[in-house]
Amino acid sequence: MEGGEQARSTADLVARRSYGKLVAFLVARTHDVAAAEDALSEAFALALKDWPEKGCPANPEAWLLTVARRKVIDAFRGQRRGEMAAEELRIMSDGLDEAATAAEIPDQRLALMFACAHPAIDASVRAPLILQAVLGLDAKTIASAFLASPTAMSKRLVRAKEKIRQAGIPFRIPEREELPGRLSAVLDAIYAAFTEGWTDPAGADVIRRDLTEEALFLARLAAELLPDEPEALGLLALMLHAEARRHARRQWHGEYVPLARQDPALWHTGMMLEAEALLRRAAGMGTIGRYQLEAALQSAHVYRCRTGRANWTEVVQLYDALFALAGSPVVAINRALAIAELHGAQAGLQAMPDLEADPRLAEYQPYWAARAELLARTGAYQEARRAYEIAVGLERDPAVRAFLQRRQADLPE
Amino acid sequence: MQYLLMLYVDEALWPKLNPDEREQRMSAAYGAYIEALDKAGVVKGMNRLRSTAEGATVRVADGKPQVLDGPYADSKEQLGGYFLIDVPDLDAAISWAARCPAAVHGAVEVRPIWDTQR
Repeated sequence: MEGGEQARSTADLVARRSYGKLVAFLVARTHDVAAAEDALSEAFALALKDWPEKGCPANPEAWLLTVARRKVIDAFRGQRRGEMAAEELRIMSDGLDEAATAAEIPDQRLALMFACAHPAIDASVRAPLILQAVLGLDAKTIASAFLASPTAMSKRLVRAKEKIRQAGIPFRIPEREELPGRLSAVLDAIYAAFTEGWTDPAGADVIRRDLTEEALFLARLAAELLPDEPEALGLLALMLHAEARRHARRQWHGEYVPLARQDPALWHTGMMLEAEALLRRAAGMGTIGRYQLEAALQSAHVYRCRTGRANWTEVVQLYDALFALAGSPVVAINRALAIAELHGAQAGLQAMPDLEADPRLAEYQPYWAARAELLARTGAYQEARRAYEIAVGLERDPAVRAFLQRRQADLPE
Repeated sequence: MQYLLMLYVDEALWPKLNPDEREQRMSAAYGAYIEALDKAGVVKGMNRLRSTAEGATVRVADGKPQVLDGPYADSKEQLGGYFLIDVPDLDAAISWAARCPAAVHGAVEVRPIWDTQR
């Protein structure tokens, strides 16, 4: 029994540490994500049976890869993929055999991420695909985070993997000149996984909370494998800043606490320092980007809250730069709020994005909450009340909803 | 792998061009592109198509062929030609598509060829 537990915990550890590496290695030689996943899951199942009896192997990774390699080749043989397949199979199995002789399994997780976030793959399935292929999360877990049905999510993942194989989506890190564009797709996918983890309504859903950690793991991986890409460092810095304030965002009974009222003592200083160091390293590389700017904004907000020194001029400048780079209405709203701090609520209202120019804003909670806040400050309580009402109706998170309702109730008659 | 690059272009464009423009904007550009494809040794086949007005669409209903004049789908941009290329992967196919003059004045759809052996 003890051997069983030992085997299970070793298998868990290897799964955690090496799953993506093993999948990536197999996919690099077969171009078949689904086949690699199947073979690897069979190898893990065999390990749980074999290891308790014979003891854990000295190199569990190599053991798993040897078994998975055999399973992949068997599966391809079983499918009898035509005449040409014999030759292809030989090349493939030779490639896979190199693994047995290599001292260390080469890390091709980054190539796997680039394949998953290829422009020919539907943008909305890139994050789920990376979570599954690199981390081995099951479709059910991913579906719950992305508010999709498990069946629908599973189908989309299967289709995407099929496309990687059939369309000949390459398995490599893109060339220098196309790297920036392709990298931003990878980083966007990682950030999407992270923000889905953030919008956990109760803050207590284990599956959704875990996803944030998984996304952080991916961001660390990207930053580690691309140490000279400032945006990869910027994304990690941004995520660390957000994660560092997780506990301060909620009171003990779950109430939402906005940044300005958070207790800095509850912030995770270690993460913030790491974020600052990353940001400085990125800045030294001389190429600005969306994630670096967003991380710099987080950094500026934290500095203001800690020191009490208003830095709205810098904040507005950062928002200006971000807006010039990624002119989204979300950025425009935050920029308007910063302008209000600098030049008054009326100026802030004027800087708000135009509802008529972008009708999607009508269903965007932060737009109405920001409007309500600014209207209240100008004394237009009636209009503010109405804007809060709309914001409350649009909010998914009950804690934030309660916060908005309190703000509304506090308005003078 | 083989890919079909399908060139979708506005059919109204060609008749509007004067002979100079036809020579410079079209023939020269496509000539250079085809030369590059040839040099790389990736072309398996290519053709320019005559306009959809000169074609017909056929489908069989109740065992009888129904023939309609014109294209299958009525849209501004129509299939005007194709290149069949053999390249290592989708990225290589996309990069050839991006160099095609039709990608500038129209759009190029990239489709992997169904390989019965895969």
